[in-house]
Amino acid sequence: MQRRVIFDNKLLPYLLLAPQVAVTLVFFIWPAAQAIWQSVHIQDAFGLRSEFVWFENFQVVLSDPNYVGTVKTTAIFSVAVTALSLGVALLLAVLADSKIKGARAYKTLLIWPYALAPAVAAVLWMFIFNPEIGSLGRLLNRLGYDWDYRLNGDQALTMVVLAASWKQVSYNFIFFLAGLQAIPRSVMEAASIDGAGPARRFWSITFPLLSPTTFFLLVVDMVYAFFETFGTIHALTQGGPGKATETLIFRVYQDGVVNNDLGGSSAQSVILMVIVIALTAVQFRFVERKVHYA
Amino acid sequence: MATVDIRNVRKSYGQVEAIKGIDVAVRDGEFLVLLGPSGCGKSTLLRMVAGLESITGGEIAIGGRVVNELDPKDRDIAMVFQNYALYPHMTVFDNMAYGLKIRGIPKPEIQTRVAKAAEILELGRFLDRRPSQLSGGQRQRVAMGRAIVREPSAFLFDEPLSNLDAKLRTQMRVEIKRLQDRLGITSLYVTHDQVEAMTLADRILVMNHGVAEQIGTPLEVYQRPESLFVAGFIGSPPMNVLDARFDADGRAVAMPGGAVLPLDRPRPADAGRAVKLGIRPEHLALDAAPGASSILVELVEALGADTVVYGRLPDGESLVIRMAGLPSCREGDRLAVAPQPGALHFFDATTGRRLGEAA
Ligand SMILES: Nc1ncnc2c1ncn2[C@@H]1O[C@H](COP(=O)(O)OP(=O)(O)OP(=O)(O)O)[C@@H](O)[C@H]1O
Ligand SMILES: [Mg+2]
Repeated sequence: MQRRVIFDNKLLPYLLLAPQVAVTLVFFIWPAAQAIWQSVHIQDAFGLRSEFVWFENFQVVLSDPNYVGTVKTTAIFSVAVTALSLGVALLLAVLADSKIKGARAYKTLLIWPYALAPAVAAVLWMFIFNPEIGSLGRLLNRLGYDWDYRLNGDQALTMVVLAASWKQVSYNFIFFLAGLQAIPRSVMEAASIDGAGPARRFWSITFPLLSPTTFFLLVVDMVYAFFETFGTIHALTQGGPGKATETLIFRVYQDGVVNNDLGGSSAQSVILMVIVIALTAVQFRFVERKVHYA
Repeated sequence: MATVDIRNVRKSYGQVEAIKGIDVAVRDGEFLVLLGPSGCGKSTLLRMVAGLESITGGEIAIGGRVVNELDPKDRDIAMVFQNYALYPHMTVFDNMAYGLKIRGIPKPEIQTRVAKAAEILELGRFLDRRPSQLSGGQRQRVAMGRAIVREPSAFLFDEPLSNLDAKLRTQMRVEIKRLQDRLGITSLYVTHDQVEAMTLADRILVMNHGVAEQIGTPLEVYQRPESLFVAGFIGSPPMNVLDARFDADGRAVAMPGGAVLPLDRPRPADAGRAVKLGIRPEHLALDAAPGASSILVELVEALGADTVVYGRLPDGESLVIRMAGLPSCREGDRLAVAPQPGALHFFDATTGRRLGEAA
């Protein structure tokens, strides 16, 4: 039998739900609806009139060879950011979880980057990678490696991947560490008595037991790489050199705000939304099946 | 199968010494129970045998081979943990097979070994389940199964039954005893439950504050406790301990409250000495014999088969008496009680060690 809380007042439940619904409406549904509406219209140069054009915006976007390039860059960028931030965070969390001296200070230090604004983080990276003033940038050049991310697209992409991953590592680290600490010590001890060495224990016990955490972070990191790395890219490379670090979200901004092409930009937003929804659905459908919720 | 030799083993955590030099030689096939109060170092000692805790001093040998520097996996032991420590993401079958797979045992043999263990432990129906889909008692049996399929030199148990309810605990205790009789594998078993210790052990090692107070068979430990600590720890209700004094010629002992008990064997060597006198509650009887003490009954507990009487001697010391059958007295009654002959234990008043027998 299911017990229910009975409200005398028929209105109260709706009232209690209202703030949540309002937030979703104002900050998600409304902008999304606007984007969809805009994506099937073209505005005149002054933004006074708009004309319904069916899918013309989408046709234009998708037939632009640059757009295909941006999709590729985004794919490389997000896969790299997700893999790197998950991998590094997991490694650091495993180290922090094993008994080391000063583990507390170490954990605190690792959590700091998460608290930094993207622009501040970008400045820090500049101090490291700038070929003239950056410590590592100058060192690379002095060692004879031709380092200048402002000219070399691959170097620029590497750098934004590093910067974007670095911020997300902190977030992943906290979750991985919590996940690791939830694994009873005696389970690991039982495995070592059963004959498993450290590597084997990791892959046959730790990793499967962490899979709910890993799956959750995989989804979060993917969404992060797609949407939330705009600030980092904007501050570091502005999408350049050329279009080497232009991701889909950056291009939405570029076309919509800088180039004032609201229709095209909206069409891109809609495409981006569809991609992320599809990716998340795929992850839930196929990856989650391998997850053990103990 | 193997012997386990623990020689002058010590363990320190920083400044704190948790194990202060323990010596015990566990014989091949023997069931040794480590018994002691919480925090006395039982788990620490067991985990040193397992290789989960480093050994600060002394030596541990399994099957004659010193294992101090060996990893747990190379010690050929299996351990059952208090919280079972099953692998939550594996089925019951995989939990039991995991150690065998790692050791490269061929598949068909894994199948037969697991099937055999499952049969002994009546786990056959559960082989495809995850631990989360089992009851506490079933999980406990899986943990046992994981240990026995390995066919190790020694079993280590760390309070394996303490998470079970009383009835299941009794049942599993019998099962463990049967299993050990059948397999004959050397076992070290940690518990703080004296009933478990008395029923399972070939020998009991009674620990207190990191030292072995006594090592002996259950009956030795009960009948001849080597120290006040052992006397108080084994037996329920615990032994009565009274301040007493031998008389001037060592032929009798003066109880608190004035009664004088004649000794059946005189102890001239101890004449006039102040001692701690121990008498088990079950060795006191209602009796007006010479030397009987008079007590005031304060509380009567009727347990059905037994009755426990809490009384007070004239000088205020309390005395517990356990009698067979239903109560024959009430609160407020005055009774004369006397110990059965030969049921007195004497301990040094300062060290608490047992005094040697009278010549
Ligand atoms: N890692 C540690 N660091 C410092 N002291 C410890 C550590 N582990 C155990 N001790 C101390 O060693 C002593 C023995 O601990 P142990 O776990 O062996 O007790 P136990 O006899 O198993 O008790 P229980 O019946 O409660 O399980 C305790 O006083 C405990 O505080
Ligand atoms: Mg313990």
